[in-house]
Amino acid sequence: MRENSAMERLYNGLVKENPTFVLMLGMCPTLAVTTSAVNGVGMGLTTLVVLALSNLIISLLRSVIPDKVRIPAFIVIIASFVTAVQLLLEAYLPFLNEALGVYIPLIVVNCIILGRAEAYAYSHGPVSSLFDGIGMGLGFTVALTCIGAVRELLGAGKLFGFSVMPDSFTPIGIFVLAPGAFFVLAMLCALQNLVKIRGEKKGKDMSKIGSGCGHDCLHCTETGCAERIEDKDEDSGELIDLDEEDN
Amino acid sequence: MESVKNLLIILISSSLVSNVVLSQFLGLCPFLGVSKKMNTAAGMGSAIIFVITLSSAITGVIYKFLLVRFHMEYLQTIVFILVIAALVQFVEMFLKRYMKSLYQALGVYLPLITTNCAVLGVALTNVQKEYGILAGIVNGFATALGFMIAIVILAGLREKMAYNEVPEAFKGMPHVLLTAGLMAIAFCGFSGLL
Repeated sequence: MRENSAMERLYNGLVKENPTFVLMLGMCPTLAVTTSAVNGVGMGLTTLVVLALSNLIISLLRSVIPDKVRIPAFIVIIASFVTAVQLLLEAYLPFLNEALGVYIPLIVVNCIILGRAEAYAYSHGPVSSLFDGIGMGLGFTVALTCIGAVRELLGAGKLFGFSVMPDSFTPIGIFVLAPGAFFVLAMLCALQNLVKIRGEKKGKDMSKIGSGCGHDCLHCTETGCAERIEDKDEDSGELIDLDEEDN
Repeated sequence: MESVKNLLIILISSSLVSNVVLSQFLGLCPFLGVSKKMNTAAGMGSAIIFVITLSSAITGVIYKFLLVRFHMEYLQTIVFILVIAALVQFVEMFLKRYMKSLYQALGVYLPLITTNCAVLGVALTNVQKEYGILAGIVNGFATALGFMIAIVILAGLREKMAYNEVPEAFKGMPHVLLTAGLMAIAFCGFSGLL
């Protein structure tokens, strides 16, 4: 596939750099809203819309936005789209708005969106940026739906609201509660570690896997992470090292 | 007296019953990222208490006297995130200039929490639950206190766990997440409090 073509971007977001399964970005909404598959789909698609539109606009404005104030500019653009999407949800899909609650406006601080703006949209053309946003959004949606489906199946014996398990199955209620989210994510991380360890043994480059959050913020390699960007904006341009502070 | 009782209920429910990380999943990045050592965790926790209490006071005032007054409530997300980002920068500059000792204790953590979802989350929850300014400040303080409790406990556990033998695939994050899950079960026990 040609680099930066629409198909390549979609594949990249869905599989190669899947924001949840590979990069481990945007964990807060991933854990919070995946109590059911439907919520997962809703959150994923909402994020997709915001991500695709903000990528497109940022890419179109990239020659206008001065380098020094790009982060505040990104945040304003993203926040505007989030507000618009939130108002639309309130008007047309009130049940989803109710279920997702405060996590809809919190899409603003989702590191996937700011990360893609910084890492891709700010340096690429509008069409490939749009498809990059759609690909990443689809990857996020698929991941949230999978996690939501697993939790709903184990925790309530249902899938998308329909009972699918036999009567003899007793739902393990904890999986739809808060601790279940941590357990499911722990299993996911362990699986990812396993893939990484196996891959490294075969001599493949596995540096992309799990490079996002969930690791030490201060030594994280994910250049798109919002917190790290704020760090770099300091005049010194150096990252602060907490370990040195301790000694 | 009634209002004091209400504030106490907010204090307990926001810090223990619906703990910000363990049941609402806000602020997970610093919770998992900066919890390797007890003293860094305590530093991060106190910086968060400082920023969230201050930001819920300021966003509360702005919401009541600016947004509601001019009927622009729909702008809350944009206004809040900009106010918080500016506030953190300002606090950092102020501390650097006038309060050297406090800056040395909290300074390194401040840039890390500009875009922390817990800060914005508290501001939005205050609006959603229609808290007044004082109740909002108490809610902010309590939420941040809950974060501090959780991160310090996790850091304490991680210091002990560092020497345990763990299957290779579970080393690092999975191990920490399982611990956090068990902590979340323990915090579920608080739901009987109110």
